[in-house]
Order: sequence, then C-alpha cells, then structure tokens
Amino acid sequence: MESMILSALSSLVMGLSALTIEGVVMMAVGCMLLWLGIQKGYEPLLLLPIGFGAVMVNIPMSGVMEEHGLLRFFYDFGVITEVFPCLIFIGIGAMTDFTPLLENPKILLLGAAGQFGIFITLLVALGLGFNLLDAATIGIIGACDGPTSIYVASKYAPHLLGAVSVAAYSYMSLVPLLQPPIMKLLTTEKERKIRMPYPKKSVSKSLKILFPIGVTILTCLIAPMGTPLMGMLMLGNLMKESGVVSRLTGAAENEIPNIVTLLLGLSIGATMEGAAFLKAQTLIILALGLGAICLDTVTGVLFGKIMCVLSGGKINPLLGAAGISAYPMAARVVMTEGRRYDRNNWLLMHAMGANTGGQIGSIMAAAIMLSVLKGMGLG
Amino acid sequence: MATSIEAPMPGKVWELTVQEGQTVKEGDVVVVLEAMKMENAIESPVAGVVQKVNFKKGDAVDEGAVLLVIG
Repeated sequence: MESMILSALSSLVMGLSALTIEGVVMMAVGCMLLWLGIQKGYEPLLLLPIGFGAVMVNIPMSGVMEEHGLLRFFYDFGVITEVFPCLIFIGIGAMTDFTPLLENPKILLLGAAGQFGIFITLLVALGLGFNLLDAATIGIIGACDGPTSIYVASKYAPHLLGAVSVAAYSYMSLVPLLQPPIMKLLTTEKERKIRMPYPKKSVSKSLKILFPIGVTILTCLIAPMGTPLMGMLMLGNLMKESGVVSRLTGAAENEIPNIVTLLLGLSIGATMEGAAFLKAQTLIILALGLGAICLDTVTGVLFGKIMCVLSGGKINPLLGAAGISAYPMAARVVMTEGRRYDRNNWLLMHAMGANTGGQIGSIMAAAIMLSVLKGMGLG
Repeated sequence: MATSIEAPMPGKVWELTVQEGQTVKEGDVVVVLEAMKMENAIESPVAGVVQKVNFKKGDAVDEGAVLLVIG
C-alpha cells in the first residue's frame, strides 16, 4: 500500500523531474512572446497563441506533439497540408482594398522592387551553407508576409517552421522601427517632402471585380505553384468586391481567419520544442530574416528613387518602403515618415497602393521560387 | 482672411472635434478623417474661429472637399 502511494506521488512530480534546461529556456521564450503580445501589443493575435503553444510543448510528458496529441493534430491537419496559410489568405483578400493600386497601376512596380531582398538573402543563406530549400525558405521571411513564409516553410523546410514563423511575425511587428532609419538614410529631405496629388479618375465596380479574376489567371499561368496562395487571396477579394456573397465575405473577414489564426499560432508554437529550436541555426535564421526585411526596404526605396527621377520628381521615393507585404503597417510607416517632414504631406493612399502591390509581389516571388525549385526537380 | 481646410484624401468624416464659432489654435486637430481603415487627424494650419463646418460625422468626402472654414 505504502509503495503504491509513493509511486502515485512520484508520478505527480514526474513532469517536474523531467524538466530540461532547454525546456525551461523555451518556456521562458514562450512567456516572452506572450509578454510582447499582451503588454507591448506586438501582433497579439499571433504571438499570444504562438507563445502559449511554445509553453505547452515544452512541458515534459505533456504529449501534445506526440502522435494523437492535441497540437500534433492541429499541426498535421493545417500546417503540413498547407491549408492554414491558404485560408488566412481568403481573409486577407476580403479585407484588402486594391482601389489605390488600380488608380495608379505603375505603383505595382514598387511592390515588385520590394521583394529583391528575398533573393539576396537566399544567396547569403546559400553562402552560409544552408541547402537550397532551406535557403529559399529563409529568404521568404523577407516577403514580410507571415502566411507566405509559413506556406513555403511547411512545403520545403518544416524543421525551420518555428524559427521562420517567429522571425516573420516578430519583424513584421517591428516594421515601424526597422524601416524609418533606412528610409531616412537613403532619401534627401527634399525627396521626402514630395507631395503627390490623388488621381481624379475613379475605379469602376466592373474593374474591381475583373481585377482579382485577371490577376489570378495571369500570375498563376506564369508561376502555377503560387495558385493556392494567389487564388485564395483573390477569391477573398472577389467575394468582397462582387458584393453578392456578403455572408461568405463576413465569414472570410471574421470567423475563418479568427479560427485559423488561433490554430495556426498554436501549431507554430508547438514546433518550438527546446531541443529542436535552441540551436545556433535558429539565431542565424533570425539574423538573416532581419537582413532580408531591411534589404527589401533598401531595394524598394532605391527603386522609388529611380521612379522619382523618371517621373520628373513626381513620385515620393518613400513609397518604395511600402512595397513590402506588411499590410497596412508599411503604408502607415510611409505616411508617418512623410508627415514627419511636412505636416501636410498625405501619402497614405499612394502608400496603400504600393503596399497592396507588395502583397501581390510577395506571393509572386514565393510562387516563382517554388516553380523554379520544382523545375530543378526539388519541389 | 478665411482659410479653407480641404480633405487631403478621399475618406469618411470619423470625428469632428470642433464646431462653428469655436476658437482654434494653429495645430489643433479639427477633423479626423477615416481612410483605408486608418484614422487621420487633420490639424488647423492657422489660429482663428471656425466659421463654417460643411460635413457631419459619417459623411463621405472626396479629396479636395472643403471640410471647414476658419477665419
């Protein structure tokens, strides 16, 4: 009887006795993510479930990521199958207004220029010894687009998913801190003060409906591997612009992204198991991701300067910083920086145009990368 | 001399922080305009008295529309 009681009591402290240093460190990391989300307001919708998932998975003997474990079920169902990031894109599409881009289509070029950092980072990662699939996954952090990063990581480098996702979402929330110094460094005060009038032409409803259909067909024919992401983004947008499926649009804006964000966040957190996450490689990935986002800003602003010259000084080069995908944060940064030097400089709508162009650009960059890798027999 | 404050972009009047007859200082926020789901505080470029308010809360405005006049 005594031995039964002792064995029952010892089973109560088994979890405690099985704690490892790595597990404790990762629980602290999880708590730090919770603190950033709750206290600092950095991407709380993502960092809160990610942080909690990281705490849960590092509790010894919890079994949450073992076969039939709860978080394993979410991970296998939505991440391995790439379903979650695609569903998130339906929501993004339903919440995105492409009108500023349609009013001023040449701004789409800034969305393309804002993706060069991805490819530079890929080359740097290759130089550091990562294999091609891992390097492509790391480079995609530069898209500053969480779902796209998760999609590529789950397809080609699931072992990097935790680090890549945390980097993508952390840096996305740091865009207001990362971009302004680069923007200031690369532009003159005169350039930053360039005012841009709004185009007087209005965009017809027909064009807004045809746009998502046309973009899907055109871009997916060029880079078919991007069809799941681009298709879902544009489907969400078509539902919103058509105005005929308000119930579905409502679900795409609210219920679907809310549920998927919760399960996706928990699944990502669940990949942050101590032994797998606490490696020098993770730190290198975080550093490369940071570099990628900064490089995107650099290439975007430099291309903005080229467009400024070609347009005879009519385009404010700050808009180039909105060419990354962090929507609408990057556009907000551009407007704030423009107003810092001229209180009456309102760049918001133009920046939104570049920012939505950046969304399309980041998916295209990922799709081209995926298609090229498939062409090389690696996909 | 009267100064017109125009909408710097198309949007919706989110908040009117002044009313006709009110005295404002240069830099006071007079209107908050909602555009692309962002609230944009528009400040008075001059000190004076609000002579006319042309829109009410919730109204849609085009770029260049005169929101209010300060004299």
